[in-house]
Amino acid sequence: VMKFSCETVLTGHTGRVWNCSWHPSGNVLATCGEDKTIRLWSKEGSSWVCKTVLTEGHTRTVRTVSWSPCGKYLASASFDGTVAVWDNKSGQFECGASLEGHENEVKCVVWSPGGEYLATCSRDKSVWLWDVDYDDDEYMCASVLHSHGQDVKRVAWHHEKNILASASYDNTVKMYKEDSDDWVCVATLSSHTSTVWDIAWDRKVDGEGDRIASCSEDTTVKVWQSFLPGNKEGIATPGKEPAWKCVSTISGHHPRAVYSLDWGLAGLVTGGGDDAIRVFREEGEEWVCVHTEQDSHGMDVNCVVWNPKNTDMLASCSDDETCKIWTLGE
Amino acid sequence: MSGGDRLDNVNPTLYETQGKRILTDADWDDSVVDPFDVREIFDLIREINDPEHPLTLEQLNVVTEEQIIVDDSKNKVEVMFTPTIPHCSMATLIGLAIRVKLLRSLPERFKVDVMIRPGTHASEVAVNKQLADKERVAAALENGHLLEVVNQCLDTQARGE
Repeated sequence: VMKFSCETVLTGHTGRVWNCSWHPSGNVLATCGEDKTIRLWSKEGSSWVCKTVLTEGHTRTVRTVSWSPCGKYLASASFDGTVAVWDNKSGQFECGASLEGHENEVKCVVWSPGGEYLATCSRDKSVWLWDVDYDDDEYMCASVLHSHGQDVKRVAWHHEKNILASASYDNTVKMYKEDSDDWVCVATLSSHTSTVWDIAWDRKVDGEGDRIASCSEDTTVKVWQSFLPGNKEGIATPGKEPAWKCVSTISGHHPRAVYSLDWGLAGLVTGGGDDAIRVFREEGEEWVCVHTEQDSHGMDVNCVVWNPKNTDMLASCSDDETCKIWTLGE
Repeated sequence: MSGGDRLDNVNPTLYETQGKRILTDADWDDSVVDPFDVREIFDLIREINDPEHPLTLEQLNVVTEEQIIVDDSKNKVEVMFTPTIPHCSMATLIGLAIRVKLLRSLPERFKVDVMIRPGTHASEVAVNKQLADKERVAAALENGHLLEVVNQCLDTQARGE
């Protein structure tokens, strides 16, 4: 029997905490929210404390935060329509660049696996790719993609390849890759019946095609697999591109919208509007719920994310103004 | 939103309103645990102003007790509302005002769903999806102009009563 132990409750934000992101070292957690601030938490002795509060970057809600793969930069996306990139070259974290271009709320920002690109998305229905120049702290728009028909909620890079996925209010997930000099949409994953809130790539890459999980307002979680040209299952592929198929639908667990999910070595973790956090594991062809933490928070769970180094450690944040760090154990 | 002074529904039908809730001795007894009921939710939203008439949502029959479901033990409140006409461009704003009023008034434990009564509006599915999207509702309420319009709907002194 699995259980969750709550290691700590991080308090300090006022209002909804929207998102949290682990530093690649696994030692620092960045959180952001309705109070327009970003907080950086790390361990002092045996307890987690807030070491830094970043207040000057945004004039509205900070929706998401994301650490660069090198761990030296933190990017934040805000309802004020901008993306800020923070670094601590001066000895303390400061906003070194502000990326403008989206017409309204920026919902998400993420770094490519090698750190050479930033991807952002917005209610303006577009996904932007930015070239990163680390020498001059310059971010040049490389592409603007208008593939979605509605609000784009989330972007997520493949863990190793420069393949980008986006999730939208239009109920679909789309895939993009670089083709000669531009970025193009190469696949549309349709099967959810409402807004897709979050997407997470499988960390295991076994050469037989990639997998991605998505969660939705429709209360389900879906697992999708890419089938490469010439696959043994005989699934037709569009030209040289892989074909994406929904291979599992996990339903009947969260009674309300599923807002967040993450795919780690300990399983798929989900959190949502029912205040619960759930962990699913693959047993043969089936996804089995191995743990449910009812009332994990006093209100909606907005984000769940596995620690990159300690694979049984999880951070979550909620409308209840708190963030929690959990350890999954037997 | 409709442009200028043109009203969507020029001549709305008026309905009789409920009187004040009759208080019993138990209402004054602090030892009596008093779960939230339909009448209590109705009392919170009945006096919301219609965005285009100096009338309440109750007077226009947009909200009624019959369209409210409350389950206090399961922390659930569901409010349906009926736009006065099927093409009412104010439907999203009315739904937003109801949602904001309940968010501000009810304990945090409640999960609140606000939606258009099935079959009463041309864009029912689109409006319901927008009202259910907490991220879009949150962003809308950071828009100063829109927040002001919502606050006018919620200002029960505005009609000069």
